[in-house]
Parts: sequence; structure tokens; C-alpha cells
Amino acid sequence: MHSVVIVNLGTGNLRSVYRAFEYVGGKGDVVISADPEVIRNARKLVLPGQGAIGTWMRQLHQDTRLRAAVFERLQTGPVLGICLGLQALFDFSEENGGQDGMGLITGQVRHFEPAHRAADASNSHLKIPHMGWNRVKQRFDHPLWHDIADQERFYFVHSYYVDAADPATVVGESDYGIPFTAAAARDNLFATQFHPEKSQQAGLQLIKNFIHWNGVQ
Amino acid sequence: MSLAKRIIPCLDVDDGRVVKGVQFVDIRDAGDPVEVARRYDRQGADEITFLDITASSDRRDTIAHVVEKVASEVFIPLTVGGGIRQLEDIYRLLDVGADKVSINTTAVNNPDFINEASGHFGNQCIVVAIDAKRVDDGSHWEIFTHGGRNSTGLDAIEWATQMADRGAGELLVTSMDRDGTKDGFDLALMRAITDAVSVPVIASGGVGELEHLAEGVLEGGADAVLAASIFHFGEFTIQEAKQHMASRQIEMRL
Repeated sequence: MHSVVIVNLGTGNLRSVYRAFEYVGGKGDVVISADPEVIRNARKLVLPGQGAIGTWMRQLHQDTRLRAAVFERLQTGPVLGICLGLQALFDFSEENGGQDGMGLITGQVRHFEPAHRAADASNSHLKIPHMGWNRVKQRFDHPLWHDIADQERFYFVHSYYVDAADPATVVGESDYGIPFTAAAARDNLFATQFHPEKSQQAGLQLIKNFIHWNGVQ
Repeated sequence: MSLAKRIIPCLDVDDGRVVKGVQFVDIRDAGDPVEVARRYDRQGADEITFLDITASSDRRDTIAHVVEKVASEVFIPLTVGGGIRQLEDIYRLLDVGADKVSINTTAVNNPDFINEASGHFGNQCIVVAIDAKRVDDGSHWEIFTHGGRNSTGLDAIEWATQMADRGAGELLVTSMDRDGTKDGFDLALMRAITDAVSVPVIASGGVGELEHLAEGVLEGGADAVLAASIFHFGEFTIQEAKQHMASRQIEMRL
């Protein structure tokens, strides 16, 4: 049994996530896999993803055994979603002409509006994707925030954002013209819009916290 | 607004070694891109870009080894440019730990490649590098390739818009008039492009002092600034550059 299993849905670059976990947790204990048995038995499950959510969900749905294993494993035991792995937990995304998500946390995924302008001296319009280091406000305590300062910066790159329906699931919030869900948590699930694997010390700390987390909020 | 503007040091790498002289007193091998990247990471670089200028194509794998080593210990976004001609090249670089690739000449020769690449890997990892030079008495800018030697006849602003429409997630804009001069960015060029496109723009070419970096953001409207020599020669640390920009009321990750 592997301690950390990174779910491979064939989209995006999983090597960076793998490397960060290996760096924090030690060699040999992290695996990238699409094997239903490996996923079902994962002590810690990581659900990463980049690119388009439509492709991601299609990959999940076209293999019924994989799909069953992922859904089963998401019910219990520590899970860390990253980027699309956050968005896919919600009910619905506007991306790709409308795409149902997994519906494990209530809320919608929406596109950023390009009309917003920065309030700073540059007066530039806000660029899409939202790319770079933004502050994350910790809306409530969580074991995954251990040793991470409130308002710490993490690295984001995304064009769609989560609009969570239940404020009690919004464990981290950022602002890009509008406030949006930077991290969501519910029971055994913790998911980030930002990329902890690319967020230097703060990101590595979050990964370390996840490795030590027992899945209880 | 709390999104920080980014500072991106750029390393020119030839056959696995940093060129254009990096001079730090406290690193053992200033030609080793891994040591230099490690150093910039410690100084607070927001991303690092590697430009592979290896001439012979059979030595291409050396950049992949460099990226692989850096990516195993530096956990910030890494971009690699130079010599990317096909999807396989992108796949190879992402697989060893690059987060983005920067595409220049291939975009000019075959613009459809940008649609293909962003369709395959997502626009978040496709940067298009635009080398622009003033023409017609400086009234507008044209795209040049091969270090500014070859004219393409393409209007730079139209080209930038087209690249963003085709799926570039970010544009790296270099003024060939300013590159290497230390006179500062071509701010009019930067402003014209940042106003024309909806994707983030990285300003490059001509940085000689810290105020130039601040101008790139405040006057040029850039989302990130890229520089090489002012950091390589130890004139300024990245942290000093960030402090200076913050003192000009620019949001930075300090």
C-alpha cells in the first residue's frame, strides 16, 4: 500500500505534484496511478488536474471501475484536491459549455470577468488567467493551515473560479476583482485552487500538513 | 487587488551551462544553472525562466536534465524556452518538471502550433515569446526572429492579439531595440500590448536599474518583469528589486 496516491486522469502535468510530495515525504512512498485498487487503498489521495474540466471529467467517467474507486475513496480518508481537483468536487462548471461536476460540495464554477480593473496605480484590466502569487485568507482553522500564516501568498493559475454555496466549506478565500474560493474543506476533503507544489515554503508546508493529516477536520 | 506582480530572473543556458556570466561571490560554480536557480529561489524569485540557446539539436537533452534537477528542489514555476518545434518537445519538458514552455520562432513559422499546443496542454503552460522592434521611424513595431535579425513583416500588436486568441496563456514581450542596452523597457510597446490583450504580459529587454522594473508595471502595465544581467552580476538581489517595487506602491510577494 502506498502512502500517497496521485490520481492520474491523463490530463496536465502531474510530475510537479509528484516531485513536491517526494521532496516532503521521502522517496518511494508516492505513486501516480489510475489503478482502481491502488486508489481505493490509498492512505492519502491527491486529486490534481490542469487544463479543461470537460476532458478531466470525461476521463473519469469513461472508465467505470476507476470512477467507482475514486468516488468510493472520496467518501473516507484524507483527500487533497488541486486546481481542477477542487473545481470537480462542486456541482457544476460553466467551462466547456457547461459541465457537471462530482457534486460533493455545493456550489458552481464560474469564469472570471475580464471587465474588472486593478485598483492599483497601473489601472490595468485584470488579466485572465489569474496567474501569480495571491494572498489566501484563512476563514477558519484547519489542520492543513498548521504553521502557515494567515494571508500567506500561494501560486495560482486558472481562468475559472469556485463560487461555493455554503460559506462553511470556504476554508480559504482570495480576491481577484471579486472574492473567490481559494480552498474548500468538508470532512475528509481539502482542496485548493492554488498549486501548493509551486508555492515554495508555504506550499511545501501545506503538503507536509496533508501527509500528517488523519482526515478529520 | 492582492495579486502580486512577479519578478522573473532569466538564465541563458548553452549546452547545460549558464552563459552571459553570472557572478555571485557565494556560489561555487556560477555556470551551474542548478546552483543559480537555487540562489534565485532563496532570494524570492516568483518564477524562473531558462532560455536554451544550445545550437546543436543533438545536445537538446541537456536542458531537460537541468530542468529535472532544478525541479526536484525548487518549488516555484519554471518556464523553458528555446528550440521548441513540436508537441513532443513540450511533453518532454513538462515531464521533467517545467510548468510552462515559451515558444517563439515556431509560432511565427506555424501559428497553428499555438492552437495545437494549448489544446493539448492547456493555455496555462503556453507562453508565446514576442520579439518586437520599432520600424517606420519608430511609429510601430514589427516581429523579428533570430535575435532581431530577421524581419517577418508582422505587426507586433496584431501578432500579440492573434497569439492570445490562438491560446497563449501569457506573452513574453521583448523589445529588440532595448535588449542589452540597460536603458529600460520600451514602455510604449508594453502598454500597447497590455492594453490590447486579456492575458498576462511579461515585460523584457533593457533593464539596467530597479526603477526600470517599476516602470514596466506602472507605465507599461506589465503583470511580470523579466531580467537577466542586473541579477546575474550581483548588482541587485531579487529581494532588493522587490523592495524597490513595493516602495512604489506595487503589490509584491516579499
